[in-house]
Amino acid sequence: MAYSDKVVDHYNNPRNVGSLDKKDPSVGTGLVGAPECGDVMKLQIKINPETQIIEDAKFKTFGCGSAIASSSLATEWLKGRTVDDALAIKNTAIVKELNLPPVKIHCSVLAEDAIRAAVHDYQNKQIEPKKAEEAGGNA
Amino acid sequence: MALKLPIYMDYHATTPCDPRVFEAMRPYFTEIFGNAASRNHQFGWEAEEAVENARKQAAGLIAASPKEIVFTSGATESDNLAIKGVAEMYYERGDHIITAVTEHKAVLDSCKKLEKRGFKVTYLPVGSDGLISPDDVRNAITDKTILLTIMMANNEIGVIQPISEIGKVCKEKGVIFHTDATQAIGKIPFNVNDLNVDLASFSGHKIYGPKGVGGLYVRRKNPRVVLVPIMDGGGHERGMRSGTLNVTGIVGLGKACELAKGEMPTENERVFALREKLRKGIMDEIPDVYVNGHSTERLPGNLNMSFAYVEGESLLMGMNDIAVSSGSACTSASLEPSYVLKALGVGEELAHSSIRFGLGRFNTEEEVDYTIGRVNEAVNRLRELSPLWEMVQEGIDLSKVQWAGE
Repeated sequence: MAYSDKVVDHYNNPRNVGSLDKKDPSVGTGLVGAPECGDVMKLQIKINPETQIIEDAKFKTFGCGSAIASSSLATEWLKGRTVDDALAIKNTAIVKELNLPPVKIHCSVLAEDAIRAAVHDYQNKQIEPKKAEEAGGNA
Repeated sequence: MALKLPIYMDYHATTPCDPRVFEAMRPYFTEIFGNAASRNHQFGWEAEEAVENARKQAAGLIAASPKEIVFTSGATESDNLAIKGVAEMYYERGDHIITAVTEHKAVLDSCKKLEKRGFKVTYLPVGSDGLISPDDVRNAITDKTILLTIMMANNEIGVIQPISEIGKVCKEKGVIFHTDATQAIGKIPFNVNDLNVDLASFSGHKIYGPKGVGGLYVRRKNPRVVLVPIMDGGGHERGMRSGTLNVTGIVGLGKACELAKGEMPTENERVFALREKLRKGIMDEIPDVYVNGHSTERLPGNLNMSFAYVEGESLLMGMNDIAVSSGSACTSASLEPSYVLKALGVGEELAHSSIRFGLGRFNTEEEVDYTIGRVNEAVNRLRELSPLWEMVQEGIDLSKVQWAGE
């Protein structure tokens, strides 16, 4: 299978690899996928409570090159957006940007899921900060 | 000698034609081009002579008589011919066939087709080492069983089945025994009498011969096996496989068999040493790596490993100047991880993390050294990228996590 140049670039130079403190109330963590399915993405966002702007985004992904590229791209796109704008990121935009073939569309769907899970985790923490802390941020 | 990239380490998929094989084939494209079935002129006689010489070479590799070799287009056709040919010939004796879950698709899908036509098929399980128990074979045989088809060496995990013992059970019970020996013949010693096999499939391009040619051994004595052909036409190959013979390919297959027979002992020793060097070079450096399949009952050149917490396709991308294959769903057309690994009870997450190295005739020690470095580097890099690896380092038991995708 031939990969697009953009997928190869993200695979070779993944952006924003790493982890944020999942106990931090300003951090939202999304963990989606399952090892049995061959894809697990952890995507984290750090939000400025004043401005609601995503100041930092990090990811770690177990999955194929397209899954790594999709989540790497997602973190790039998330930085500087508001939480509401983050939810507007659609998997189809990731497919287009990375030129993903049909068999790899699920990778982009997973990245969209990871964004939503991270945002929801952050939002839950604002409602129930203590509970979320105990849950440790696992989606 | 300078290392040439990319490195080919996928010898179970196919092998390059040995230059000596290619040289043997060369005259048969343009000079000796006759139809081996043309009985009335020089061109035909020469072609026929070449085919009969190749038949002797192929028979010689497996201790058969040349008359017991039927040339086909490859092992897939041989498997189809053996299984469907026996079913159609002997259906009045019984309607039961036995095979195993880890067989090649050419065998499994032939059996499935027969099931649709009313045959009953038993799919034997394998142990966690990938091996079939001869006792399971014995217990599965009924008075309706006409055929048992079990591969000699597995194409993914390289494990070698106890074919001789299984063959003994079949002989005792009067069941025809076919073995898909595509990965075995030419790679490990194969004697049709010692192994008690009645039918054996083999292929040219797995043994440094050309693609598009293979063979089927069909026993002529004790018992004499008769097959109904799946292709009708001019009645070539004693009526079992019609179609003008692929003389050039057959010459190549014959030469490949002759070379395999002569070089097997030294080649196996060399390839085995390379395989072990590769295995140790990886396992000594990287934790949480598992070898899939029996550790010693396997082809000398096969190494199938799972690298926990790293997905197979991404690992292939990280070592893209080395040609290997993966049991990961992402690398297959079906989007399912390897059914062979699943049959061994390898968890799906480890099936997604598997890599098959297939070493062969033209691999060098330098290539193995380079591969060890590349694999270890890619695994370490991908583990730094892996949320699973991070969780395990934090002491989280992955099996207890409630995954969102489940």
